[in-house]
Amino acid sequence: MTSYVIKDVTILDGKPTDIVVKDGVIAQIGSGLTADQTVDGSGCIALPGLVDLHTHLREPGREDAETVLSGSRAAAMGGFTAVHAMANTNPVADTAGVVEQVWRLGQEAGLVDVRPVGAVTMGLEGTALAELGAMADSAAAVRVFSDDGKCVHDAALMRRALEYVKAFDGVVAQHAQEPRLTEGAQMNEGVISGKLGLAGWPAVAEEAIIARDVLLAHHVGSRLHVCHLSTAGSVEIIRWAKSRGINVTAEVTPHHLYFTDEVVESYDPIYKVNPPLRTKADVEAVRAGLADGTINIVATDHAPHPSEDKECEWTAAAFGMTGLESALSVVYETMVQTGLMNWAAVADRMSVSPAQIGRVSTQGQPIEVGSPANLVIFDPRASQEVDARKTVSASRNTPYAGRTLPGKVVATFYRGKPTVLNGELNA
Amino acid sequence: MKHLLSAADLSYEEAILVLDTAKQLAAATEHGVGKLPPLRGRTVVNLFYEDSTRTRISFEAAAKRLSADVINFSAKGSSVSKGESLKDTALTLEAMGADAVVIRHNSSGAPHRLANAGWISGGVVNAGDGTHEHPTQALLDAYTLRNHLRNGEGDLKGVNVTIVGDVLHSRVARSNVLLLNTLGAKVRLVAPPTLLPYGVEDWDCEVSYDFDASLEGSDAVMMLRVQRERMNAAYFPNAHEYSSRYGLSVTRMNRLSESAVVMHPGPMNRGMEISADVADSQRSVIVEQVANGVSVRMAVLYLILGGSESK
Amino acid sequence: MTHDFEPQGHVVLDSSDISRALTRLAHEIVERTHGATNLTLMGIPTRGASLATRLGEKISQIQSSLVSVGAIDITMYRDDLRSRPARALLPTTIPPEGIEGRLVILVDDVLFSGRTIRAALDALSEHGRPELVQLAVLVDRGHRELPIRADYVGKNLPTSRSEKIQVNLIEHDGVDEVRIERES
Repeated sequence: MTSYVIKDVTILDGKPTDIVVKDGVIAQIGSGLTADQTVDGSGCIALPGLVDLHTHLREPGREDAETVLSGSRAAAMGGFTAVHAMANTNPVADTAGVVEQVWRLGQEAGLVDVRPVGAVTMGLEGTALAELGAMADSAAAVRVFSDDGKCVHDAALMRRALEYVKAFDGVVAQHAQEPRLTEGAQMNEGVISGKLGLAGWPAVAEEAIIARDVLLAHHVGSRLHVCHLSTAGSVEIIRWAKSRGINVTAEVTPHHLYFTDEVVESYDPIYKVNPPLRTKADVEAVRAGLADGTINIVATDHAPHPSEDKECEWTAAAFGMTGLESALSVVYETMVQTGLMNWAAVADRMSVSPAQIGRVSTQGQPIEVGSPANLVIFDPRASQEVDARKTVSASRNTPYAGRTLPGKVVATFYRGKPTVLNGELNA
Repeated sequence: MKHLLSAADLSYEEAILVLDTAKQLAAATEHGVGKLPPLRGRTVVNLFYEDSTRTRISFEAAAKRLSADVINFSAKGSSVSKGESLKDTALTLEAMGADAVVIRHNSSGAPHRLANAGWISGGVVNAGDGTHEHPTQALLDAYTLRNHLRNGEGDLKGVNVTIVGDVLHSRVARSNVLLLNTLGAKVRLVAPPTLLPYGVEDWDCEVSYDFDASLEGSDAVMMLRVQRERMNAAYFPNAHEYSSRYGLSVTRMNRLSESAVVMHPGPMNRGMEISADVADSQRSVIVEQVANGVSVRMAVLYLILGGSESK
Repeated sequence: MTHDFEPQGHVVLDSSDISRALTRLAHEIVERTHGATNLTLMGIPTRGASLATRLGEKISQIQSSLVSVGAIDITMYRDDLRSRPARALLPTTIPPEGIEGRLVILVDDVLFSGRTIRAALDALSEHGRPELVQLAVLVDRGHRELPIRADYVGKNLPTSRSEKIQVNLIEHDGVDEVRIERES
């Protein structure tokens, strides 16, 4: 196996050094090191390979939007070495058969760890539990369960799910959306929705479910994960729950760190997403929550859609935006350049903590000799204008199209192999 | 003027220009001139995704009186009902050489998409989009108010307009609040709290839940259509309660000042938001609103299409 | 056409010249229409309409009877509508007796290419069928592009195409004068 030396790279917030990657692990760290191939890391930051707890790979069922392979490639380009493939496929990932299929496709692609997420309820219908244990025991070893896209809104069912997954150290990742309060909802309910005449998605519809679920988790002693938290009130509830010792973790997406609902005034459905883009006060609150650790992780909610689902009127468009390729740059712009977080915190929120929540033992390890060689080399001095036509993902629905984002992934190492080298896909 | 997507697109000067142009066009009609020539050779497409015979006919009459060629494209029985996307329909209209598209759509913002997505090069007129806006309705309302309260001249400075009813779902209300403010009128919205949009307190108007307290001092009362189905979604308990709290009865009408007018964008629910006696009373300018609709839409089409291609 | 800048060019007709010209036009009209009965003056806005009003007053003084005066906007009948953004429409006023069967005299300030008058004839025909249509102008500057001529001319002013004739009237400009200006 080819060995690589990354020269003069800065590990997190440290000093420039060389890293040698050999036989799938970090073999040496020091100065003046050599290997078969050299990667210039001067000026760049080395982070542990990123782990996404929330990715839609669309396969099986919507291979026109994304496949496990194309999504894996997009993930590698974004510096990820593991992704969690959401269950809302067709057929739904609610059986051992489907999760093993996705897992196997991930192995074949071989660019990132593809960790299937199992559905909480059969067919995501919110009425009966899916075969959670069978999925946990399958080759895919599912540990994260979610009906993402839909909320497990039945309190009794949610309670049972939280309890049941304790048997195999699983976690329920809740898409917090009270369904009756969000019927027909199109965007954040606020001054702008009133003006635009688009049905509102009120913050309380998210917060009410999160409040209920943290109380349920507390009551049954389970761990709970909250998907794509988006409001200031949600941050407050999580903060309160943690102060009470409740075992809850939460994620925020890059787009909720970056955009406010003002962009919806264009009526361009590229900005249509669920949960919706919120107000400036919410953006500030989720940034603060991520910085102080109330929000544990950044997860992309990468949601590819074919162009016809976005090139239409707002209400007819699909919810969701791609995010794997832009995530690190967005976090860099919104959290690091603003002084809210250092690189160690980025590594924690985008690699260490998501790996822990997903129980992915080989990921999110510190960059030290002997660790699995899952690494991303990021050049913060670079910047790039996002061109939707040049995305690696099979879909083009990036909301950053036409915008310039700072930084660039120079290289990604997955189990010692470069999946990205010189900023280009190496596969 | 390239498009008319929102009443907010109109500056004070542009709004006055539309009203003055409508006035000249209405005069030509009164003089018995059947057809005016300025849009000869121009093609106007009425692209209607919602049934609205009244608005479509109004735009059709307006375009034809200006000698435009008119193509009516309604969703029913067309390629649209077979699942054709707005984009593909737009590309078809572009290929057919549409100079302007008048669009009525049940999706808020569809006219903005049509105008800004790069699918067509012609002008776009919003003929009502979802629960967003209906700018030509606001223009014809302003025109009607100006005729009655300002002798058909100038703006509406100091005029008190009370808009009553389902503001939440009303594109008419949104456009009227914007345009009436531009023209200097003072707007008061009256509705049960359930039928007011979230954040309405930030709008440029007064808000009240009490119709009776809003009658005196109103120069015009504009009643909005309230769909009976709304009560199924718990916006109000039933039609009777709605009508007794927010309907315009003869008793309420008699408390209005002598000169105050009663308006309704139609179609009316007689007995719900407006009693039949009020709708047919001397104060009602509802029929006049319809007639003014044609003149105002002629003005809009003329200003969009009557000159060189605007950038 | 208000002037925010120092007026350039030179005055070719001053206030009294204009008044005299209009008086002469009024007399000619009375004479050639055999007493101006059945006469309707239709001015072309903006300045033509004001001139028609003035002419009407002068004819009334000569005849001691009221002359029917109206205005006809030609904007929508122009053949160069597409050359500029949509123009504001100007008022059309048809006198109560209408124009059907009447002796109509179109009144304008300057006769140049003749295109305005062509448009006015089209506009007029929408309102009825006059027995006779004639044309009165304050200034004829030549350079016709259509087979149109004036029946009554206040002043013939031979010009080059690069010159501009500016008619200012008290009603609009605060002063009565006709200027020739060189186009910059």
